[in-house]
Amino acid sequence: MPEKIMVEAIRDAMDEEMARDENVFIVGEDVGQRGGVFRATVGLFDKYGPDRVIDSPLAELSIVGVGIGAALYGMKPICEIQFADFIYPAFNQIVSEAAKMLYRSGGAWNVPMVIRAPYGGGIGGGLYHSQSVEAFFTHVPGLKVVIPSNPYDAKGLLKSAVRDPNPVIFLEPKKGYRLIKGEVPDEDYVVPIGPAKVTKPGNDLTIFAYGMMHYYAIQAADQLEKEGVSAEVVDLRTLYPVDQQTILSSVKKTGKALIVHEDNLTGGYGAEIAAIIAEQAFTDLDAPVRRLAGPDVPAVPFSHPMQEWFMVNTEKIFKSALDLARY
Amino acid sequence: MAVEIIMPRLGESVVEGTLVRWLVKEGDHVEEFDSLMEVESAKVNTELPSPATGTLLKILVEEGTTVQAGKTLGWIGDPGEKIPKGSSGKGHEPSVDQVHESPIKIDLETTENTAVQQKDLGFISPVVAKLAREHHVDLSLVKGTGNNNRITKNDVLEFVNQKGKTEPELAAWETPGEGDLFRPTELQFPERFKSDYPDIQRKKEPETHINKTVQSERGDQILPLSKMRKAIAAHMVLSKQTSPHVTSVMEADMKSVSDHLSKNKELFARQGVRLTYTTYFVAATASALREFPLVNSSWTDEGLLLKSMVNIGLATSLEEEGLIVPVIKAADSYSLSGLAGIIGDLVSKARNHQLKPDDVQGGTFSITNHGTAGSLFATPVINQPQAGILGIGMIKKRVVVIEDAIAIRPMVYLSFAFDHRILDGSTADNFLANVVQKLENWQ
Repeated sequence: MPEKIMVEAIRDAMDEEMARDENVFIVGEDVGQRGGVFRATVGLFDKYGPDRVIDSPLAELSIVGVGIGAALYGMKPICEIQFADFIYPAFNQIVSEAAKMLYRSGGAWNVPMVIRAPYGGGIGGGLYHSQSVEAFFTHVPGLKVVIPSNPYDAKGLLKSAVRDPNPVIFLEPKKGYRLIKGEVPDEDYVVPIGPAKVTKPGNDLTIFAYGMMHYYAIQAADQLEKEGVSAEVVDLRTLYPVDQQTILSSVKKTGKALIVHEDNLTGGYGAEIAAIIAEQAFTDLDAPVRRLAGPDVPAVPFSHPMQEWFMVNTEKIFKSALDLARY
Repeated sequence: MAVEIIMPRLGESVVEGTLVRWLVKEGDHVEEFDSLMEVESAKVNTELPSPATGTLLKILVEEGTTVQAGKTLGWIGDPGEKIPKGSSGKGHEPSVDQVHESPIKIDLETTENTAVQQKDLGFISPVVAKLAREHHVDLSLVKGTGNNNRITKNDVLEFVNQKGKTEPELAAWETPGEGDLFRPTELQFPERFKSDYPDIQRKKEPETHINKTVQSERGDQILPLSKMRKAIAAHMVLSKQTSPHVTSVMEADMKSVSDHLSKNKELFARQGVRLTYTTYFVAATASALREFPLVNSSWTDEGLLLKSMVNIGLATSLEEEGLIVPVIKAADSYSLSGLAGIIGDLVSKARNHQLKPDDVQGGTFSITNHGTAGSLFATPVINQPQAGILGIGMIKKRVVVIEDAIAIRPMVYLSFAFDHRILDGSTADNFLANVVQKLENWQ
């Protein structure tokens, strides 16, 4: 099985889905001739032509609006938002239109649309190119929110997203685009939207993570093993709707939960996981549920040392997990 | 910030101890590591150092109280400092189901001060509470390994697992091993002996009965039983009930040893080592035990457990207080001067109550030097779960016949009491003869 980087696996998924279904098309800034600023659509313009790989104006509202309209007419749009930070102009379209369409039409109209957006910091991107936006969308029924942590899942989940009849927010950890490698089959396969995955079994505590933080969580768990701490790592993969069963059965086993995300702590996605555990696994807990998240500051700083201060990394996860294990 | 004084574990498998005496008064100043109190566990008395420098703010546990390891005994801090709430000692009333009863029950109120007080359990997490309820675990018996000794989920699970493993093998005194010497498991794990095991209960009854029939008359006095006295009593009864004792006696001519001793005594003394006859008896026995592994064994239901180590316990009298058996570990691995040094060290520790519980554990064979007070030979009681004990009589010049001539020689009787389940007369005598031969031909 060939080893690929994450962004290649994402490109493969789109290529295969476009070849499989002629209704699938891509729209976004620089996705056509340029092949995307992260090279996620490279070669697709040449292969499928300007009608299926469309360079849009710098107007995210219209990218998503075009996607919704096309989806209502049976197309399968893949909208690329160049950086997740730019998604806010389209927020109204996503929340008030795409998410509610099926509901307000009494089940008559659905929006089978994917919105891809690279998120996260640690790449020297500063205020406008480092944001994590998942918590804004996991609050909205009618959407699905997916974040892959590795190339295999990225391809399989994106293909599932394209085939899903609902609008799917597909957030890609941009720091991992070229950093995270893994084996990816050339053939067609899907990873279902919904199930989380225990990526490293353990007994002493569970680390819940997704995207880039999952990558670090696995490294931290390996270090913890050397300290004699057996950490279980759960890759949530689908944030909304979340796989409660996997979360609860892991907490039942370990009795301790550390939830990790890069997004700011307050009102962040981890609060939801903590609440699920507190409500449904209280009597399985051997320690308070802990969250390790980005600090509550307005942005990921541009200055390199300050960016490092902001970012959750392997060492911070290791320390936090060790402390919890020894509780 | 006030510092808690906590009852430590005094050794492996020692879960409780008696606070004998506070050496510092409430309100007095104490330096860190200075002796703070005297505690007694099983047979060992030891002084505990202060965990901090400061004023002894509060004593929570009275002298004479038996407490479990982990219990807060008092607080040290700045003069006048308030001790943290919930630590005033209230609510620490001894609970009835935790009263540890010794198997030999003496019906005298004065001796019933062994109630274990409830220890502060600290934070109990939801899952710990749930598991304790499901498995009927008394959390005060679980040792916490979490932060500040919090009882963790794993601690409870391990406790439950251990219980499952150990409960079936309940004939406690038939379980050989390295446990507390002179401390039957009934004393160590009284909860096992509560109600579910009628056999053990029945064994206790006649003893209780006999003791109850003792009549006291006017002018008689009750001497309260010390913990050591009770432990010795329990162990002696246990040993006699467990092993069929047989005693064989041989005599040894100590001339070679005596010559060697007088020649080397000064030399050793210059190295700071006191050479005594005991050193030779231990050395000869250790070496003979290596040649007769059966004598260095223990009875188990699976078979005879031949011990890899030769650890010789040396019964040491503490006069009327009782006796104690410090153990010379790997006794066969030392030179004569090394051995003399260790024996001197252990004996002085024993007499000064400085032995640690680990110093009296792990013995595989014992020697009792009953001759010091003039006894010629004796029938010593085996120190369970060992296979035998060697009694050394008084060395006395006697007229003996050597090659049809009459000679005056320093002679000693060696009494070897052995467990007839393990050893038969011929093996036992061969062992004893081997010891005699080594002593008589000392070079």
